[in-house]
Amino acid sequence: MSTRSASVLYDATGPKARMRYRAFGVLSLVGIAALLWFVYSRLDDAGQFSPDLWAPFEYAKVQQRIVDGVLETLQVFGLAAAFSITLGALLAAGRLSDHRPVRAVCTAVVQFFRAMPLLIMIFALYRAVFGAEPFWALVIGLTLYNGAVQAEIIRSGVNAVPRGQAEAAYALGLRKTSVMTTILVPQAVRSMLPAIIGQLVVTLKDTSLGYIIAFHELLYVGKLIASNTSTPEGYPYIPVVLVIAPIYIGLCLALTALAKWIEARGRRGTNRRTPAAA
Amino acid sequence: MGILFEDGNFALFRDGFLRTVELSAISAVLAMLLGIVLAAFRVSPVPALRAFGTVWVNTFRNTPLTLLFFAVVFGLPRLDVHLEPFTFAVLALSAYSGSFVCEVLRSGINTVPLGQAEAARSLGLNFGQTLGLVILPQAVRAVMGPMSSIFIALPRNSAVAGAFSVPELFNVQATLTDKGYAIFGIFFWIAIAYLVISFGVQQLFSFAEKRLAVAR
Repeated sequence: MSTRSASVLYDATGPKARMRYRAFGVLSLVGIAALLWFVYSRLDDAGQFSPDLWAPFEYAKVQQRIVDGVLETLQVFGLAAAFSITLGALLAAGRLSDHRPVRAVCTAVVQFFRAMPLLIMIFALYRAVFGAEPFWALVIGLTLYNGAVQAEIIRSGVNAVPRGQAEAAYALGLRKTSVMTTILVPQAVRSMLPAIIGQLVVTLKDTSLGYIIAFHELLYVGKLIASNTSTPEGYPYIPVVLVIAPIYIGLCLALTALAKWIEARGRRGTNRRTPAAA
Repeated sequence: MGILFEDGNFALFRDGFLRTVELSAISAVLAMLLGIVLAAFRVSPVPALRAFGTVWVNTFRNTPLTLLFFAVVFGLPRLDVHLEPFTFAVLALSAYSGSFVCEVLRSGINTVPLGQAEAARSLGLNFGQTLGLVILPQAVRAVMGPMSSIFIALPRNSAVAGAFSVPELFNVQATLTDKGYAIFGIFFWIAIAYLVISFGVQQLFSFAEKRLAVAR
């Protein structure tokens, strides 16, 4: 029942401690309930649950706009994910190169884009190059930043493969390219996939920066719905947040679950292949 | 490149820089406090608090920062909470970063081997001593690396505040761009400002790490 962390910090409970924890449990339940009630009553007092505010979501047109927003978000995410992993692989290859100039250039590129706020880059790209196409400003900005981060993940993944693997491959007479593609990368992919997907979650969340350059992704669509629908109770900003946030959270949790599943699957694979200890 | 030193742009830029630093520093302190409280919840022996911490952290970690800003800036005034844009920005940023701090702290505590706590207890140390003298000093050292990347990311994330009318560096970039200056000239200076900030944070952390380092 108790998690591992709990057992590092706390002794196994005796009858007295169990009573105390139960009392704390009841107290904290009361506290949480009070907090929830406070939030609910605050929202209710401000009339945020009045049917007028929620009526806009009954229109097929509004629902269609939300679906379109989700699709735009996913489209940006898909392109940015594919491009950033490609760019990351290229930059990682560059950073692992034997040629010093290539290494230096790739290191500089990775360090620079990792240190820049994504918003600053997207905005500069938007205003300088893609004035009419916020879509590409967003995709390219996301690609540059996340590509740099993915490069670091991939590089450290390759470096984490035991050195003996590469040495053995070189001793067999393989060249650097074949050592990389047939020995190191296949082993590294397993260990770094969870981290790569974790970064993809960040990419997905960052697509919402499109809001700031007025690109029609989910958050901006939400803002348009909220600011264009005047109801007797005011503008439905809070209902829009309450509708959109679960969509984002659901998408991110789904990706995280995928990462966990792959991690568990990878572990199962290694266990199967590890010979029993003699 | 010279745009920074024309008609009062430097004052604008300097104010933006200081605002970014101020926003990041205040949010960092609050995020740290929030993270500690949440981590305490998540490792507590009380299931209700653990569940609360888990839900809270998963909610805020998986919500885009822009959406959080949107919710705070447009949502709270409708609940009759009227604050400065700067305060709203602090709220959104620290709520967002706090959940990341919590996760790092929790995994730091998990890296301490169980035997350490058992040894401490068998020496007769009480709960406070076990925590303060044995577990936390080890957890803190394990946590420094991931913690530094959270606090280096925080000033970068604070750029979003500029889009919600806090006059910090991104806002300066937008203002100067609207004035019609060369876009990459502006980008150059803003980029340098952010590089300086993240370099500063990095130095702080490497200094702290050196101070904390022990011979093993």
